[in-house]
Amino acid sequence: MAKRKLSGSDIIIQCLLDAGVDTVFGYPGGAVLPIYDAIFKQNRLKHVLVRQEGGAVHMAEGYARSTGKLGVVLVTSGPGATNAVTGLTDALMDSIPVLCMTGQVPTHLIGNDAFQEADTTGITRPCTKHNYLVKDVNDLARVMNEAMYVAKAGRPGPVVVDLPKDVLIEEAAYEPIKITQAKHKTYRPRIKGDKALIREAVELIAKAKKPLFYCGGGVINSGTRAHKLLTEFVRMTGDPITLTLMGLGAYPANDRQFLGMVGMHGTYESNLAMHDCDVMVNIGARFDDRVTGLLSEFSPGSKKIHVDIDPSSINKNVVVDVPIVGDCASVLADMIAVWKEIKAKRDPKAQKAWWTQIEKWRKRDCLRYVPSKKLIKPQYALERLYELTKGTDTYITTEVGQHQMWAAQFYRFDEPNRWMTSGGLGTMGYGFPAAIGVQVAHPKATVIDVAGEASFLMNIQEMSTAVQYRLPVKVFILNNQYMGMVRQWQELLYGGRYSESYTASLPDFVKLAESYGAAGLRATKPDDVDGVIKEMLSNDRFTICDIAVDQEENCFPMIPSGAPHNEMILGPEDEKERETSVEGMVLV
Amino acid sequence: MDTSERHTMAVLVDNEVGVLARVIGLFSGRGYNIESLTVAEVDRENGVSRISIVTSGTPQIIEQIKAQLDRLVPVHRITDLTVEGPSVERELALVKVRGSGDKRVEALRIADIFRANAIDSTSKSFVFEISGATDKIDAFVELMKPLGLVEISRTGVVAIARGAKGI
Repeated sequence: MAKRKLSGSDIIIQCLLDAGVDTVFGYPGGAVLPIYDAIFKQNRLKHVLVRQEGGAVHMAEGYARSTGKLGVVLVTSGPGATNAVTGLTDALMDSIPVLCMTGQVPTHLIGNDAFQEADTTGITRPCTKHNYLVKDVNDLARVMNEAMYVAKAGRPGPVVVDLPKDVLIEEAAYEPIKITQAKHKTYRPRIKGDKALIREAVELIAKAKKPLFYCGGGVINSGTRAHKLLTEFVRMTGDPITLTLMGLGAYPANDRQFLGMVGMHGTYESNLAMHDCDVMVNIGARFDDRVTGLLSEFSPGSKKIHVDIDPSSINKNVVVDVPIVGDCASVLADMIAVWKEIKAKRDPKAQKAWWTQIEKWRKRDCLRYVPSKKLIKPQYALERLYELTKGTDTYITTEVGQHQMWAAQFYRFDEPNRWMTSGGLGTMGYGFPAAIGVQVAHPKATVIDVAGEASFLMNIQEMSTAVQYRLPVKVFILNNQYMGMVRQWQELLYGGRYSESYTASLPDFVKLAESYGAAGLRATKPDDVDGVIKEMLSNDRFTICDIAVDQEENCFPMIPSGAPHNEMILGPEDEKERETSVEGMVLV
Repeated sequence: MDTSERHTMAVLVDNEVGVLARVIGLFSGRGYNIESLTVAEVDRENGVSRISIVTSGTPQIIEQIKAQLDRLVPVHRITDLTVEGPSVERELALVKVRGSGDKRVEALRIADIFRANAIDSTSKSFVFEISGATDKIDAFVELMKPLGLVEISRTGVVAIARGAKGI
């Protein structure tokens, strides 16, 4: 039988469907009109119309992170592609699998400064895992499949496929192909860890007196199997575990062995355990500067094991003793097998001593805050949000800033894929579109964007999208009328000179919601909070909650920049006498 | 602090659009040094090019460079010729010298010592072709300076491992 001939646009749709893609987030324009016409003529691939291309990529990220599947974006040439750049960089930093198809002017016009032309592959080269410019319709099916493979394989990331308009219109024979690890000619990431190194690592763990697991987003990207294996292994050892911002949910937060988040705004017990441990077991984290603090004094006495699927993450910031390249799930399974094989047992005396020390740190109760009867403390609002949603089918996204750190500290995730935040790039405006993407993937679930008012304004145009698709996303704004984290740093490091960090001329968020036919709720005193949250949860519409919180509240605990873990500031009473070094001032 | 080391690397890549920009962008974006870089297709049938890079950095940076290069999608293989056994390095330069009288004779005499060939000559000038290790070319150029050096075009280093084995 002769192979079917399809137009480039139809080939794209067919490739997506054959790969199991069900949703595309996009915005039409001149260069992609042929694809939009092909979308119009079918009803299997759902298209979600965004209001700005930046929103589309964050939606795809939210979709991908909450499902473990590929997020797919379609935008036009020129400004469509350049608007997508922030989202692509975000997905690169947080290792999120995203396929972004960009329109391009027809091949014969490339390089002529044509209308809505931009050098998309040039612009996106450093902010994607890989990118392609398709110049021949006969290459299209292969490139599409290769792009989807590359986005998901190994350490995931965003991939751009740039599509000149003539390629979308021309026809070629189509037959389904699937690119796999074995078939790709160059890109074959290592999945299985080195056996000898795994044995060395497990023997090191077995002999440890003060071990600590330090795990990150790699466990979540590896899939639910990795989460299960990690939980199993950590429980077998009885050792403490801390998670990075990206890793929250990789281990049940309500488990006694979990010490809370590590890093700049992590818990006192996590950071002190990082500093004092004798064996550090890093699984799927990357020694980010927000985690390590002052590098030269980072965990000085520990032997370090590092499991990562990306060889370039190993020995980048911190030199480790046992480097293992491989997928977290695969390596964890092997580690468990070796642990059982060598019949490893903890020295009960040493383990007890270590836990006694940790419990002492825990008793400092580093997340405590001064409650108020008059003002809503942001921490209180989040505690109530957690209490009223725990155990339910809930997904949390965040914007970037103080509210993000408080959400990470106070919302407790027992499962992976429930927590979506911009960790690496720190993109304000991420959370709301990400929540829309999550809600598209999980129509029945409760999806809450914990937001600050300043961040929410950055992608507020997507309200229209949420309303159009009847997505009952909840935006929970901790409104302090400041770019809170900027204000906090200005208070701590710049003598309280609040340069441009006040968010003036805010809209009335309740009326704004109502103008879109959505629900708007407001809380101005602590007694309002529970009622507002309950009403928000019972609402089946897009809802904005404007929670007027204490404007002066700072996010603690905190490792000041340029300081090691054991010089953590626990609260306002600690911060007075500190002087920040010039070295610390330079760091962000 | 670890001291900086000079390493010569061979990178086999798919000869696709933008692959060189990808490699160069990696170096500039991450602040690595490039002392020299050459690229040419070496396997037309399979569309494979070979990039020879001379770079410098601490041992940790050199390891990072290799890991970062290795994760670029179109990269087939990367070999650090400096650490993986003995290798030979060559560079080719075209050197234009203008002069007359004694200086002209002296330039020819030195070219002969360095086994450089005159591949163009006029009554006032020569273009010498010289190949060899980087320091040999540097030495030749130094000697040509007082004799009327006009301009130099250098290829940068190409390198290959000694012995029967391929990379």
